[in-house]
Amino acid sequence: MGRHTVPSVEVRALHVLRGKTMVLNDVDFSIPTGRITGLLGPSGSGKTTLMRAIVGVQRVTSGSVQVLNKAAGSPELRHEVGYVTQAPSVYRDLSVEDNVRYFGAMHGRNRAQAREAIDAVGLGTLAKRRTADLSGGQFSRVSLACALVSEPRLLVLDEPTVGLDPVLRAELWERFARLAAGGTTLIISSHVMEEASHCDTLLLLRAGRLLARLTPDELRVRGATEDLELAFLHMIQADIAGRRGAA
Amino acid sequence: MNPSMLGATAARVLRQLRADPRSIALILVVPAVLLAFVYYLFENETLPPGVPRTFDRVGLMMLAIFPFVVMFLVTSITMLRERTSGTLERLLTTPIHKADLLFGYALAFSIMAALQSLFATAVAYWVFGMDIRGNPGWVVVVAVLNSVLGVALGLLCSAFARTEFQAVQFMPVVVIPQILLCGLFVPRDQMNPILELISNVLPLSYSVDALQEIAAHATSTATMTADLLVMVGFVLAVLLLASPTLRRRTP
Repeated sequence: MGRHTVPSVEVRALHVLRGKTMVLNDVDFSIPTGRITGLLGPSGSGKTTLMRAIVGVQRVTSGSVQVLNKAAGSPELRHEVGYVTQAPSVYRDLSVEDNVRYFGAMHGRNRAQAREAIDAVGLGTLAKRRTADLSGGQFSRVSLACALVSEPRLLVLDEPTVGLDPVLRAELWERFARLAAGGTTLIISSHVMEEASHCDTLLLLRAGRLLARLTPDELRVRGATEDLELAFLHMIQADIAGRRGAA
Repeated sequence: MNPSMLGATAARVLRQLRADPRSIALILVVPAVLLAFVYYLFENETLPPGVPRTFDRVGLMMLAIFPFVVMFLVTSITMLRERTSGTLERLLTTPIHKADLLFGYALAFSIMAALQSLFATAVAYWVFGMDIRGNPGWVVVVAVLNSVLGVALGLLCSAFARTEFQAVQFMPVVVIPQILLCGLFVPRDQMNPILELISNVLPLSYSVDALQEIAAHATSTATMTADLLVMVGFVLAVLLLASPTLRRRTP
């Protein structure tokens, strides 16, 4: 249990102001090592901005983000953090293998390790295919493989299961669980609440604020229903009502 | 800088090009075809004895201008794609150094440019009997240097374009003034002083100057060496300017 007590990510009083909008407003939490943390919230709630801040590509207004005991975005972290954006960011005109090998080369990974990452996302038979010729779901898995190849200690995934069929989704969640069991810390955003049950901890975001940090079971209790989607809706409605009452 | 990341980047850019054989064909064949146009355009000119053919002068300069224009376009579009597809942001979360990326691009496209200018120079030399005193190897060196200049300017300009359409619009801004003022149409010392001043700070002028030196002298001259060094200086300065446009952290 020892390693679970060491936080991988510590976010303190994080504010991100973009234009005149407070995209993240006083966000505070820590994420334990070797667990899957789900980042949930309606679209526009700041999930992607928060992930970008953790990866270190987001300019923050104030507050601190520590990843593996270093400031987010430090050069030392570039080998340790893997990031998969919502829109697959791969070279469409290259084959699956060439994509994964290129990103692998940035971390000194060889061909065999690239093949392993491709097999891990179930694209082994399509390795030589041009990425542009793949289906949407296959395309996004190439992007995932490009992050897996570096075997990062922290893996940040922005909606990795969008557009995937249920079988593949289940397979990927199994894979994430195995990675976590091996000590990798995962942060996964989703707006599909049924996926929340695969996470160890949930961070609920709404309108740039952290609504709650709880386990799926706690969410069921707090929302007074077994249905996670409904539970989340109840919490949001309670939050809106509470703010209206306070105003 | 890390040679393996630089090499991986250059190899990746070349693989992307290889996936597009039509572009490769255009890059290699079009300059030679246009050279043929220039040759036949001036085929029937009558010259007083001792005056070099227009083809020898214009064709030679075109050998330097092609790689510059083509690589500027190819690079600004490729780099813009890299910026808009999210692959640049992703790359910058990896340990790659900006210089590895910039020089990786420069290396890949200068290999392409070397092939282009080898082919175009061979056609000019052997098919159309281009008459220059100097070693045609130097012409290829100038052409490659020009292509790297095109790559550097393309990398820089891609930062100021949001769409491929805008990127193409930078050509009239960046490329055409240089072609007008480089000495191709009017020798630079005969220009209006203001235009001459402008031409003095445009890199293409120096490559045209170098080519004229190569055309006029059998061995390399100090002026040619100085021109080439100025070109290298321009390339490094532009790459240095392009480097901060690759931002690891964005708003």
